[in-house]
Amino acid sequence: MNTPLLEVEGLQAWYGESHILHGMGFTVAEGEVVTLLGRNGAGKSTTMKSIMGLVPRRQGSIRFRGRETMGLPPDRVARLGIGFCPEERGIFASLSVAENLMLPPVVAPGGLDLAAIHELFPNLAERAQSGGTKLSGGEQQMLAIARILRTGARLLLLDEPTEGLAPVIVQEIGRTIRTIRERGYTVLLVEQNFRFAATVADRHYVVEHGRIVDHIANQELSARMEDLHAYLGV
Amino acid sequence: MMMIFGKPAPLLFGQLLLGIVNGSFYAMLSLGLAVIFGILNIINFAHGALFMVGAFSAYLLLHWFGIGYWPALVLGPLAVGLFGAAIERVLLRPIRGLDPLYGLLLTFGLAEVLEGVFTNRFGSSGVTYSVPRLLRGTRDLGFMYLPNYHAFVVVAAIVVCLATWLVIEKTRLGAVLRAATENPAIVQALGIDVPRLVTLTFAGGVALAALAGVLAAPMYSVNPGMGSSYISIVFAVVVIGGMGSIGGAVFTGFLLGVVEGFTKVFYPPGAATVAFVVMVLVLLLRPAGLFGRSR
Repeated sequence: MNTPLLEVEGLQAWYGESHILHGMGFTVAEGEVVTLLGRNGAGKSTTMKSIMGLVPRRQGSIRFRGRETMGLPPDRVARLGIGFCPEERGIFASLSVAENLMLPPVVAPGGLDLAAIHELFPNLAERAQSGGTKLSGGEQQMLAIARILRTGARLLLLDEPTEGLAPVIVQEIGRTIRTIRERGYTVLLVEQNFRFAATVADRHYVVEHGRIVDHIANQELSARMEDLHAYLGV
Repeated sequence: MMMIFGKPAPLLFGQLLLGIVNGSFYAMLSLGLAVIFGILNIINFAHGALFMVGAFSAYLLLHWFGIGYWPALVLGPLAVGLFGAAIERVLLRPIRGLDPLYGLLLTFGLAEVLEGVFTNRFGSSGVTYSVPRLLRGTRDLGFMYLPNYHAFVVVAAIVVCLATWLVIEKTRLGAVLRAATENPAIVQALGIDVPRLVTLTFAGGVALAALAGVLAAPMYSVNPGMGSSYISIVFAVVVIGGMGSIGGAVFTGFLLGVVEGFTKVFYPPGAATVAFVVMVLVLLLRPAGLFGRSR
């Protein structure tokens, strides 16, 4: 088997004195859509931030294309080809939609060009000159995803892209994720909503108290429904 | 003689001009201060001292290397800007993330050190630097006399402020800068070397102060205390304009210069304090400043 695109091993992380991750370990292969499912506070977002190098105090190993990234600053991690869409979306109020879209530097060839992005997200073309945070929540989410599709990054980290959005918009985001997957992108998705996750992902890792407690292929999901309810408390 | 509001017109226009000239320096200094505050979250107390170092850089370039005014206009800010980059790397970077109070104290100490070093070397009365030949003389405008150098300073300040505003509002670098002011962690996670951007921005703000210093050198005595006489007014400008607001800093700089000029005509004893009276009023009525967003 080839080296997975992303390998996380024995990952520990702290915020100040609180120990958040206790030995996370999982892999994502090229072309897969993989989710981290879990309740609030289980450590999913901290895992994403640790991969990006945004958590200063951490231990363990994070390898991208076999290369160790621990110790790299966030901008160097991003330049290896990892696109990050943070939970709070990270759209900048003092930048127009177009400026937000063009903000991340191109890190590798093969990203979508502006025409392709506008075809995928027509609203962003219409509202290019609006202020970034004048967009609706759903449009801001699209913008946050669109701007990392431009850079040539092959692994996208999407932290709860459906959070707080209306069902129609959630469906639209699902379609977007399936489209980018067809275009060969690899996606690591953080979700609390497993019904949504089931419509887009190949595999699911269940996160509890800062470690992986279960691993479920998407086909097994319906058979494992009872366990999932117990894990997620829904 | 023509009278306006019971005052002779030449006096009024003369003070108005001096006000605009002073306002030019306020605007350039507060602009750099606002840019630095935006991205480093540090109130740079050394800004006045770096303005002074800028003025001395023109003098030293002339006396050490025989380099005249026009090249000094570029080389002075460049050299002092590099010095600023070194300050950021060596002194400010280690305290990044700590309470902004540490940065304030550190830059305050730095201002004292710079003033001390220059006083030790040049004495507190300072040195003189002459107006470049091309800009000597005055023009008779009919209602007042306009020294050519004053006119040049005002035009230069407007060009510099406009250029800085254009860079910040209309270029990609400016967009990155604005984004990093809002949320540096996310900007860095999107692949931008934010620490380098911070160094560049600090150096740029310092270079602006030094440029103001070079422009001031032929007008005033170049002395180690020249920065501290400006810096308190400039802080008033930044507070009135609203912390971190670029346009606000520039507009308020010119405005306060003019207000001071008029106060000199109508109530001379109040000229030195009027800026602070305005500051108190603004703080009472609009604590976020005229152009600031409340946070």
